[in-house]
Amino acid sequence: MTALVEISDLVKTFGEGETETRVLRGLSLVLQTGEMAALLGPSGSGKSTLLTILGTLMKPTSGRYLMLGENLLEADDRALTAFRNLHIGFVFQFHNLLPDFTALENVIFPTAVREGRETEAARQRGRQLLVRMGLEARIDFPSANLSGGQKQRVAVARALMNKPELVLADEPTGNLDRQSAMQVMDLIAEINRDEGTTFLISTHDEKIASLCRRQIVVGDGLVTG
Amino acid sequence: MLYALKIATRYLTAGKAQTALLVLGVAVGVFIFIFMSALIGGLAEFILSRTVGDISHVTITAEDRDPAILIAREGHVLAVTERGRARTATLAEAATFIPLIETVPGVIAVSPQITGAGFLTRGAQVEQVSVTGVEPGRESAILDLDGYMTQGSARLASGQIILGQTLAEDLSLRLGQTLRLQSSGGVSTVLTLTGIYNTGNGRMDGGSVYVALSTARTLYALPQGVTRIEIKLADLNTADALALRIRALTGLDAVPWTDGAEQLMEALNAQAQTGYFLKTFALITIVIGVASSLLLSTYRRRPEIGIMRAMGAGQGFVIIVFVTQGALIGLMGGLSGAALGYLALLPFPSRDAFEPGTLPLDITQGSYGLAIILTLIGAILASILPARAAVRVDPVTAIGQ
Repeated sequence: MTALVEISDLVKTFGEGETETRVLRGLSLVLQTGEMAALLGPSGSGKSTLLTILGTLMKPTSGRYLMLGENLLEADDRALTAFRNLHIGFVFQFHNLLPDFTALENVIFPTAVREGRETEAARQRGRQLLVRMGLEARIDFPSANLSGGQKQRVAVARALMNKPELVLADEPTGNLDRQSAMQVMDLIAEINRDEGTTFLISTHDEKIASLCRRQIVVGDGLVTG
Repeated sequence: MLYALKIATRYLTAGKAQTALLVLGVAVGVFIFIFMSALIGGLAEFILSRTVGDISHVTITAEDRDPAILIAREGHVLAVTERGRARTATLAEAATFIPLIETVPGVIAVSPQITGAGFLTRGAQVEQVSVTGVEPGRESAILDLDGYMTQGSARLASGQIILGQTLAEDLSLRLGQTLRLQSSGGVSTVLTLTGIYNTGNGRMDGGSVYVALSTARTLYALPQGVTRIEIKLADLNTADALALRIRALTGLDAVPWTDGAEQLMEALNAQAQTGYFLKTFALITIVIGVASSLLLSTYRRRPEIGIMRAMGAGQGFVIIVFVTQGALIGLMGGLSGAALGYLALLPFPSRDAFEPGTLPLDITQGSYGLAIILTLIGAILASILPARAAVRVDPVTAIGQ
């Protein structure tokens, strides 16, 4: 396995002066290609901030972040947007689909926004992903009409659309019942196994974490285990 | 770009009622713009047609000769002919210039005339009148005498006269009666009344008479030439430019109707300015309406904007989505407002049939294209602020919502 993500001495502070809060205190971490890792830790430990920085949606106060050998802290917004689109997928706790679009339209969004249009090839891949997620009957359903579990599976499909090397999932099952949660986790594990996509899954749930081959524990802004 | 258009369209169709209201608001603004354009334009047309529609748009008058001076060999002045005692100034070469003037694009009629003062005598009654001698066949070239005739015909031949209704009543005249016309030079002739007109203009109807050019030559002792050439134009707003052109072409002193009509022009300009103000306010209303609605939409869609940014949508893409929404609203509102305006103006009489007491709305002056283009530009400008706000949305905060 090779290192997909290398972060070292990551510091992130919010606010200034007396209100300054240091969320990450020199966190270092390496993620190997093909890993499926759970990110554990209590609320306020810095899990979400770490995921946000890894997802290039936020810059750290200091530190080093390399992904696929690229120093992402030196890239501008345009370059980061393009990088994110190609190499990083997101799954959020509240699915965050575009409510006025169908399941398929949501899935192909990352490709369509890059290509400037919805191509037939993108639609084809989007359909395949939705079928794989067990949503063949919901392909052209308005996303607002889907159940919570279905929405989250659409979100997983969307995260995989551009075949990213890394998928960041922030409490992907936190809003689902046990059965739906396990369905989503099974899918994630299957994709990790079949396609070698790296997953970093933030969770509070020990059972979900146990499905991952590696558990990373964050506490007080540092990796503690 | 195509994909941004799809997203923008989807956002607009997702909230159909809100979009419909917004488009309606823009359409009402455009409707007001068009209605004001038609009203201000129609009013100006109406006022101009009522005030200068029947007068010469460009007039060439003979320049007064300088007083004749007799100078002695030694250099001192022996005698000066007092101005006014000299014979009436004439345009001796008028016959040469008329065909030339008629070829100028925009000129629709040319009327060579001999004008002067005179006295109309009927029995013991005497009225001072303004006499205009016109070429037979050109009687209605400038003033639409044909259209104003209440009795008889506007056609003039030697020995015939036509005059206004008021004058005819003052002198108790009927068609076919004879009367004596004496020029200011003292030459008099007996003429037969062949037509009576009513222009609605008191001075014209009570103090002007028309005779044939040949009759006027006798009265004013002008065997050749004319004293005045009146020119009518297709578009009286081109009078200044065409007067310059005719002046350059003929060397004659061509004067546009706008000279000496400063007050009328000021009034029309003030009216036009009022129209511009009202139209500007209508546009500002459109811009504010579109901007506020899209700002609201930006706020409402903050989480979605965050998601799009997280999924790799660049700032440019987000800007295009919101500007496209503004442009679509502007286009739909502009087109429907223009259509509404056109339909609302249809029942009003055309510019040629304006009647006193009705709104002189000119459907041809609705500025439809301008209204649509300005609305489109205004809506696009209005969407820039919301688009900038959308770009500033922090994906992390927005997704957290």
